[in-house]
Amino acid sequence: MSDLMKVSSNPHIRSKVTTSSIMFAVVLALLPTAGFGIYNFGLDALILILVTTATTVLTEFIYEKAMHKKITIGDFSAVVTGLLLALNLPPSAPWWIGVIGGIFAILVVKMLFGGLGQNFMNPALGARCFLLISYTSIMCNFDCDAYTGATPLATLKAGGSVNILDMVIGKTGGTIGETSMIAIVIGACFLILIGVIDLRIPGSYIVTFVIFISLFGGHGFDPAFISAHLAGGGLMLGAFFMATDYVTRPVTKNGQYLYGVILGLLTGIFRIFGPSAEGVSYAIILGNLLVPLIEKITMPKIFGKGGEKA
Amino acid sequence: MKQNSISERLINGLIKENPTFVLMLGMCPTLAVTTSAINGLGMGLTTMVVLALSNMFISMLRNIIPDKVRIPAFIVVIASFVTVVELLLKAYIPFLYDALGLYIPLIVVNCIILGRAEAYASKNGVISSLFDGVGMGLGFTVALTIIGAVREVIGAGELFGFGVMPASYVPCSIFVLAPGAFFVLAALTAIQNKVKLAGEKKGKDMSKIQSGCNSDCMSCGESGCSKRFFNETVNADETVDQKEVEETADAAEKKEEEKDD
Repeated sequence: MSDLMKVSSNPHIRSKVTTSSIMFAVVLALLPTAGFGIYNFGLDALILILVTTATTVLTEFIYEKAMHKKITIGDFSAVVTGLLLALNLPPSAPWWIGVIGGIFAILVVKMLFGGLGQNFMNPALGARCFLLISYTSIMCNFDCDAYTGATPLATLKAGGSVNILDMVIGKTGGTIGETSMIAIVIGACFLILIGVIDLRIPGSYIVTFVIFISLFGGHGFDPAFISAHLAGGGLMLGAFFMATDYVTRPVTKNGQYLYGVILGLLTGIFRIFGPSAEGVSYAIILGNLLVPLIEKITMPKIFGKGGEKA
Repeated sequence: MKQNSISERLINGLIKENPTFVLMLGMCPTLAVTTSAINGLGMGLTTMVVLALSNMFISMLRNIIPDKVRIPAFIVVIASFVTVVELLLKAYIPFLYDALGLYIPLIVVNCIILGRAEAYASKNGVISSLFDGVGMGLGFTVALTIIGAVREVIGAGELFGFGVMPASYVPCSIFVLAPGAFFVLAALTAIQNKVKLAGEKKGKDMSKIQSGCNSDCMSCGESGCSKRFFNETVNADETVDQKEVEETADAAEKKEEEKDD
């Protein structure tokens, strides 16, 4: 108790939770996903994860050293960014893709806007979209030793059938971290249990997406089709680990529900009506850009204001 | 260097008031056509021709054009020259005409041209206006060529159409797409600001290339500045006497400085 109460100007109530403890929890929660990715795709995936994470941490260190700023690599946020970015890369990508993406994520998306807490866009997703536009053929090549051919979502889009059990376990082609729904949900449950994230954004995101798919997916309320869409692609990874990013989500409660609904709608629109099979990363990035507006319209009333007029 | 002399105007346009990196004017063609160095060069030179000719003509007509309709009058002059240049390009350099496409007629509304007409040519002599146009046009050309070259090298591995990168280089195609234009423009502007600030810190005389304005119109000798023009027209009645006094004092000071040099 005495550790928490200090005689000082406000805030008077302090929490023992720090940025680094939260970020470390996220790293822990991502480990099952990363582990499954390495098991699924082999050594290439491990190398890519290590290279990307090392790049993000080194970039942050070098930038802060060069700019004579406080070194903040100890807060693990660069590790989280690097890990998330690597999990969003296809296992067949060459190592320099991870390096370029890592530098772009930290230098351009995060540090140039003022570092952790100031970035308007999720660094890992910003870098993924940068790579997706720049190196489309590499980023969309999901052929590797273990799997060849289209990803489940692409098959689904073309009207083919998919094995849902394989998709839930994760034994399909795709980016390193997106394939296994089980591993992602294990990590997400851990985060929810220790209170790092809550279900507001992922819940409203997934519910909206399911409603959208049932209405416009062309299959009606077909459980098999819907669960294939939920387990395929980056929806789970995006909903639990990227949409809930503290910096780029709305701070108001109602805003978080609204944010999830917008993400669900955008993802549905991109997947069903867009030219490509996947749309989670673009949906979340667009959602990030709307966050200041969402916060503006969902600002809670100050206590005592706006009551009955006398 | 004397105010409004030919060399002063050229350096002003190229460096001190570079339309792209300092004034941030004409962003639409800057971002849209600089997908390669040759496109940037072509766009810059085309604009320069229009800019120099329209500046010269507007300067000739500056005492005839009534103040109230000056903007339409400027536009008519500019549009005439753009049409001439457009037809010439179509006839003699068709590949450039195809590459620049819609952006040639859009030179009419390029704010550098209207900006120089309004801020400089309508108030200064024919020769200095002509060279103001040439200087500004050169500054625009250099900026666009540099942006185009950087984007072409990174985004396509080529420079002026020749491969310059090793064969193993995989082009980063975002740089020839729209976002790349913003990245390159921002990076180059940051670099030139950094160079200027670093030079100032070391105590070098940066007055020749120091850009922008210190918001102190009273002690500023820049006759072609549009902000000054705005202030003058708005506050004309109250401050004109004071300003004249200031300006003569300024001019005297400048002369003394030059003598010392």
